[in-house]
Amino acid sequence: MIQSFGFSSLPILLHGALWTLILSASTFVAAGIFSLIFALLRVLGPRPVRLLIAGYIELVQATPLLILLFLAYYGLSFLGYYFPPLAAAVISLTLYATAFLADIWRGCIEAIPKQQWEAADALAMSTPQKLRYVILPQAFRISLGPTVGFLVQIVKNTSVTALISFVELTRAGQLLNNMTFQPFEVFLTVAAMYFIICYPLSYYSEYLQGGKRARSST
Amino acid sequence: MAYQMHFGPVLDRAPEFVDGTINTILLSGQGIVIGLAIGLAVAIIRVEGPRWLDQIAVAYIEIIRNTPLLVQVFLFFFGLPYIGLRLSADTSAIIAISFNLGAYSAEIFRAGFLAIPKSQIEAGLALGLTRLQTIRYVVIVPALKVVFPALTGQLTLTLLGSSVVCAISANELTLAASKVESLTFRSLETFLVAGAIYVTLTFVFRFTYWLISLWLFHRKDPARFQIAGALPHGQERVEA
Amino acid sequence: MPAVQLNNIKKCYGALCVLDGINLSVEPRDVVAVIGQSGSGKSTMLRCINGLEQIQGGSIDIVGHRIEPGTHSLRSLRKEVGMVFQSYNLFPHLNVAENIMLAPRVVKNVPKQEAWETAQMVLKQVGLADKVGAYPDELSGGQQQRVAIARSLAMKPKVMLFDEVTSALDPQLTGEVLKTIAELAAAGMTMILVTHEMGFARQVANRTVFMYKGQIWEEGRSEDLFAAPKTPELRSFIAPNLK
Ligand SMILES: Nc1ncnc2c1ncn2[C@@H]1O[C@H](COP(=O)(O)OP(=O)(O)OP(=O)(O)O)[C@@H](O)[C@H]1O
Ligand SMILES: [Mg+2]
Repeated sequence: MIQSFGFSSLPILLHGALWTLILSASTFVAAGIFSLIFALLRVLGPRPVRLLIAGYIELVQATPLLILLFLAYYGLSFLGYYFPPLAAAVISLTLYATAFLADIWRGCIEAIPKQQWEAADALAMSTPQKLRYVILPQAFRISLGPTVGFLVQIVKNTSVTALISFVELTRAGQLLNNMTFQPFEVFLTVAAMYFIICYPLSYYSEYLQGGKRARSST
Repeated sequence: MAYQMHFGPVLDRAPEFVDGTINTILLSGQGIVIGLAIGLAVAIIRVEGPRWLDQIAVAYIEIIRNTPLLVQVFLFFFGLPYIGLRLSADTSAIIAISFNLGAYSAEIFRAGFLAIPKSQIEAGLALGLTRLQTIRYVVIVPALKVVFPALTGQLTLTLLGSSVVCAISANELTLAASKVESLTFRSLETFLVAGAIYVTLTFVFRFTYWLISLWLFHRKDPARFQIAGALPHGQERVEA
Repeated sequence: MPAVQLNNIKKCYGALCVLDGINLSVEPRDVVAVIGQSGSGKSTMLRCINGLEQIQGGSIDIVGHRIEPGTHSLRSLRKEVGMVFQSYNLFPHLNVAENIMLAPRVVKNVPKQEAWETAQMVLKQVGLADKVGAYPDELSGGQQQRVAIARSLAMKPKVMLFDEVTSALDPQLTGEVLKTIAELAAAGMTMILVTHEMGFARQVANRTVFMYKGQIWEEGRSEDLFAAPKTPELRSFIAPNLK
């Protein structure tokens, strides 16, 4: 079926973009929960736990997201689980994002001066109270900019799930390309849609961090 | 029912993995060299260039950083033929990776330049060096030292990110692994092996960066010149 | 019964023994000044008394609690022992009232209204009743330090520890903080204060302890100690201050 690329093609891409957003949001929520736990354990946990988490972070940061995705999608199904593309996508994106976000948040927690811990100690606060009322509120403020910045990486990372045929924005572009054979127009539109999602986030992240900073990512 | 891992059939395909690994090294190695050159040029434009060029540079950087590498790969692969350039998947992949890294490294280099005190640049100009000569001889090494960790972090992301170019069938490790997987049907084992190779590659690359940093920064460490008596008294030490 | 008693406490970092057998007894309503050279172990001793540092030998009896090497649960003790730091350490994300009310509310479960009233009372005590809503970065160093004292007072401590609380301040700001501490002393608070202000130690503290190389080298009534130092070390330590 050959049709030409035009306004009639937009619904396909918009539908894909919606899934990109859903995937990004799910990943952010899941990775956020794990990252908070990991960041806290990385700072406060017993030594073996701290080492374990540090090892996890090192290992995942040295592995391509695509390999994690293939492991989840093709690999684990052989273990007797069937992983639909959505599940494989969320699981691998979460594993991946957690390794970076936990690291970012650990840095934010460690940036709070040790005197703040001691002042809370001297006021007889328990560890959960110190975290809840003194450390985490301050760490949260520092983390906002980098966290929003990382959200941009998550959105972009979701694009690789196209390679296990999960129909998000990039995959929608591929499908549309197969129908129209107008790859340049199609992928330019896809890129523009990513840009529309990501640029405001990047801008806000830089605003939160007070000026331009060098960011890094894939 | 427990799944029995069998690495045998996968390891029989060692030659494919070796080929894939070499291709990944070549692909990301070339991407890194070209990408860093682009990044350096763009950073210099951003710091020193005229306003209109700076605006183009900013547009380039923002577009690259706010779109996925995979989409950029598709755009270069499918888009270049439109302007009459019919390139192989491998070449398109290198170009896409280079332009991607160019944008990220430009911002990193720029941060490094901005971290160098103005007085250093003024000192260079006062000695009669041109602006570019000042950058070349006075600014680059200290600036690089400041941003070296950020830069090598980005290069690791580039190495690992290169896996997505298997989407246009460019030859590299992930594509090789996919082929092995479809031949052996041993998905878990195949991608575990591929993952292990990537992890190893990452550490080898990081080790290389570390060696480069020793060569770049230690060699120029004035403390060593001082011991050798080569640095006259009163000459200021360039603090990173 | 003494409010605080240190029994032969020891604290070492590797081979360096920062506290090398300290014995000290502080009666209720005592104000004890601790003086000595930088590095003589003054801060370390204070930090051991409320358990910010672990001791390695001896024991500390403090308002009915006992600290020994390895003692871990110190929260009940810290409810009764206040500490004020050189660098104020106010919580920057909370305003003055919130800084003061936080610990009574969450640690002692004091009702909000009562905590609020206590906060106003202690702020009046340190002369900052008009600053309840200010954030730490809107206050001068001296004001921040007085808020830190108020925050500690709001826990209604039985003993207060001060670690060089004026050494980050200009002379005129130092005066307002010292005045606050002198008022507390007059009101009968039991206090141990590490200080470099010799004149202040002499006037406000009824006893002074001179630390030297991790030991209590000399101690006594402040007047006697400053008027007639017995050891040459103390003599040379206070000589420049008496001019
Ligand atoms: N965590 C630590 N590790 C190793 N040595 C330490 C540590 N903390 C303190 N010290 C050492 O213990 C000694 C006593 O320190 P302390 O802070 O108690 O001195 P101080 O009398 O309060 O000095 P100052 O007047 O400068 O505050 C110093 O020599 C210091 O270097
Ligand atoms: Mg001290």
